[in-house]
Amino acid sequence: MSRAHPDYEVVIGLEVHCQLRTRSKLFSSAAVSYGDPPNHHTTPVCLALPGALPVLNAEAVELAVRAGLAANCSIQPHSVFARKNYFYPDLPKGYQISQWEEPLCLAGWLDIQVGEAAPRRIGITRIHMEEDAGKSLHDQSATETHVDLNRAGVPLVEIVSEPDLRSPEEAGAYLRKLRAILRTVGASDADMEKGQLRCDANISLRRHGEKQLGTRTELKNLNSFRFVEQALHAEIERQAELLDEGGEVQQATLGYDSARDRSFVMRTKENADDYRYFPDPDLIPLVISQQRIEEIRASLPELPEARCARFQREYGLAARDAGLLSESRALAKLFEGAVRATPGGDLAKSIAKWLLRDVVAALKERDATLEDARLTGQALAELVAMVEAGRVTANNAHRLVPELLFEGGDPEALVRERGLAALSDEASLAPLVDEVLAANPEAVASYAGGDKKSLNFLMGQVMKRSQGKADPAKVREILARKLGG
Amino acid sequence: MAARLPGVSEARRALAAGEQSAVALVDQALARAEAVDGELHCFLQLRPEAAREEAAASDARRAAGSLRGPLDGIPVALKDNIVQAGEPAGCASRILDGYHSPFDASVVERLKAAGAVILGRTNMDEFAMGSSTENSALGPTRNPWQLERAPGGSSGGSAGAVAAGIVPAALGSDTGGSIRQPAAFCGVVGLKPTYGRVSRLGLVAFASSLDQIGPLAHTAEDCALLLDAISGHDPRDSTSIPEPPTCAAGNLVSDLSGRVVGLPREYFVEEGMDPGILGCVRAAVAELEAAGAKTREVSLPHTRYAVAAYYLIATAEASSNLARFDGSRYGRRAEGVHTLTEMYERSRSEGFGAEVKRRILLGTYVLSAGYYDAYYRKAQQVRTLLRRDFEAAFEGCDVIATPTTPEPAFPLGAKSSDPVTMYLSDIFTVSANLAGLPGISLPCGEVEGLPVGLQLLGRPLDDVPLLGVADAFQRRTRHHLAVPEEAAG
Repeated sequence: MSRAHPDYEVVIGLEVHCQLRTRSKLFSSAAVSYGDPPNHHTTPVCLALPGALPVLNAEAVELAVRAGLAANCSIQPHSVFARKNYFYPDLPKGYQISQWEEPLCLAGWLDIQVGEAAPRRIGITRIHMEEDAGKSLHDQSATETHVDLNRAGVPLVEIVSEPDLRSPEEAGAYLRKLRAILRTVGASDADMEKGQLRCDANISLRRHGEKQLGTRTELKNLNSFRFVEQALHAEIERQAELLDEGGEVQQATLGYDSARDRSFVMRTKENADDYRYFPDPDLIPLVISQQRIEEIRASLPELPEARCARFQREYGLAARDAGLLSESRALAKLFEGAVRATPGGDLAKSIAKWLLRDVVAALKERDATLEDARLTGQALAELVAMVEAGRVTANNAHRLVPELLFEGGDPEALVRERGLAALSDEASLAPLVDEVLAANPEAVASYAGGDKKSLNFLMGQVMKRSQGKADPAKVREILARKLGG
Repeated sequence: MAARLPGVSEARRALAAGEQSAVALVDQALARAEAVDGELHCFLQLRPEAAREEAAASDARRAAGSLRGPLDGIPVALKDNIVQAGEPAGCASRILDGYHSPFDASVVERLKAAGAVILGRTNMDEFAMGSSTENSALGPTRNPWQLERAPGGSSGGSAGAVAAGIVPAALGSDTGGSIRQPAAFCGVVGLKPTYGRVSRLGLVAFASSLDQIGPLAHTAEDCALLLDAISGHDPRDSTSIPEPPTCAAGNLVSDLSGRVVGLPREYFVEEGMDPGILGCVRAAVAELEAAGAKTREVSLPHTRYAVAAYYLIATAEASSNLARFDGSRYGRRAEGVHTLTEMYERSRSEGFGAEVKRRILLGTYVLSAGYYDAYYRKAQQVRTLLRRDFEAAFEGCDVIATPTTPEPAFPLGAKSSDPVTMYLSDIFTVSANLAGLPGISLPCGEVEGLPVGLQLLGRPLDDVPLLGVADAFQRRTRHHLAVPEEAAG
């Protein structure tokens, strides 16, 4: 485990709000949308008009169960919606419908890995369903606050971790893992930029070896992966300085100012809200049969965790490669498509290397995702097979990757059209070698004088003359022979 | 003075016989309101043009032989907390000044689908909080039997309007007795259906787990006609019971032989009870026996905790239900406010009346951290015990008979300075709400010129058998035919 601070053990728990991928809101038929004109998607329920009543969206329940199963939770057959009461203009009813004493999901976990460290299991206390609030717009007028209720009532799950995370990096890894599984099971698009994944962090410090938890602060609204780690680092520094000076951490809710890389106090414990939770009498308890839970479980796609284990088992991949490949469903699919298209030979490890190195790099270069790509498993398998068979050099294959990735096409044909087929036969390569030897008498002389490095120079010249098509091993063999080595 | 309107069944007969048109019924209702409601103040709003149009459409359907149902052409009044599209929905509160609902309550949709004519909106205690209709921000309603007396509440306007012969029937809402108690005070029949029998969509919530819409009319048969029209599963109300609409009218079983009427000993106490009321109720029970019913004493041992549990649960829910009235989106916003807190505080201070504020404060306290277990949770436990009391009692009887109220209509102002005394007038009615049972109040005599109510309670979903017992009683008695003299013209 990497230490986040030399003197203190860092204890972090995350509360993640994640928007469920439904068509309509949690308790009304209004559409879930992003970026539409204000108050475009509202019904009497969203506006909290007198006499309006909530009706639970069954699709949201299914997605929440999927999220719970993906996070290894126990799904509760009986859960209860409760009202969290507070006044705010973007909260039309004056309460948020959430779950309190009886949430939908309990006692789950996720395994995370930071760098080369051993994987760690992070407990998930609970996952509950709730509705989102609207948005207060403070920039529309100098004197008024405007309210947009398009988001009011959008379904969320809140995923609460145990205080098991020990560094900002672990917090980051946990979040990434969470995002991956939520996407895999189709519960959420979990796009942080669109606010579909929002994170609050509870953090405290204690001396190494101490049993008692320190006083914690809560960092609110960390709205990017980068900010989560930055803000936690900044808060660790702040708390450590306080404790070093013999001071005490005050329990408080903090915001994070990314521009100044500093946290600031939003409210302290003394003026903490009393939300007066109680079961919502407009809704009946949410009852889900064991049979329904099992149906949903059976419909889940393979989770990254299971996929990673399978990739190691079936294809003999290293844990790291298997982990990276299984995190993205699209990447895993491309990998397996390519492996299946491999005629006979076992190219899985090579395919994994090509995917994780060349394909990922090419995507990053263009800031693209695999959804934008046109590379098929079949094509990737062919390319790798050609490299392995020495029919195209690794260098030339590497150059072909972006084109295959974004334009699509058949690697065999491409290699043929471009004349990139590797030269590996004596008949084609010997004349090239002879030309190079004739053109570089000094190098030949210095090789003869014992400077073995000259061989590399001469190799480079042959490769250049072959436009990268020459098989380096064969060239080396011919050169060595002709130089009388 | 304009003549009283007949009851629903008589109006139906007259319409069917061609003796009167629906338009004429509306005109008669408007004339009656004109004549008596200046003094009574049952109505907050009348819809003369719209009601005449609806009545004309009904007459046209009748002429074309395409009637929508037994209520086609019958004028009905709505309590001011039941929303109707395009109409104000004020809940007799200043905070909803100027608010018009963009949608129909489920019961309004169903009344319209049945062809009923909506005559207007009736007065009530603000947000249904009260037992006298004195908590209306628009002034109290007077009891048609004695004008200086309260009509009961909170559905006092609906009960008064039926008693005064302005409408054949009205809808009210009952959270702790708000249909049955004013029905008793005004000498009409009031039914609180089983919780979940009638959709609450479009009923402005006071206490969601207790609120139920129900009819007020002159007879059990008339109430049956209305219940048939407004009941039935509504997927838009999650607490609606998945049962089809009732089919009570014409099917009321008035033979009581073999039926057992339970008399809870906790409800027949001398202390705090008007002896005249006890006498009327005992006589009514004797009448049920004469009709073939057996009687037996039953016990509801947790009755004495009911009022306390009720006021904890109802106020807790109300404190949350009324949070939406914050001055930000609709209704009243205080003038000249500069900050958000100021907007909330002043809008709500100016918009809510004293009783509503009292209950919001009480409910907020009840739910507060550190008090929740002692009050709200405890009250919910009492609620479970009360429900079990009834389950046990109903093992030995089919229907329970009690007085509706411990005393007849009290004078206006008599209790308004003492909320706890006012709360205690709900003592016989709140248990049915806490247990979700159907309850009905029907006239069973008079004490010093004031009507007395007999309350009958049934098992959950036994609304129709309950109406049957009430109907049997009314077939043998004439109490429901008595009309208040002052407003009788």
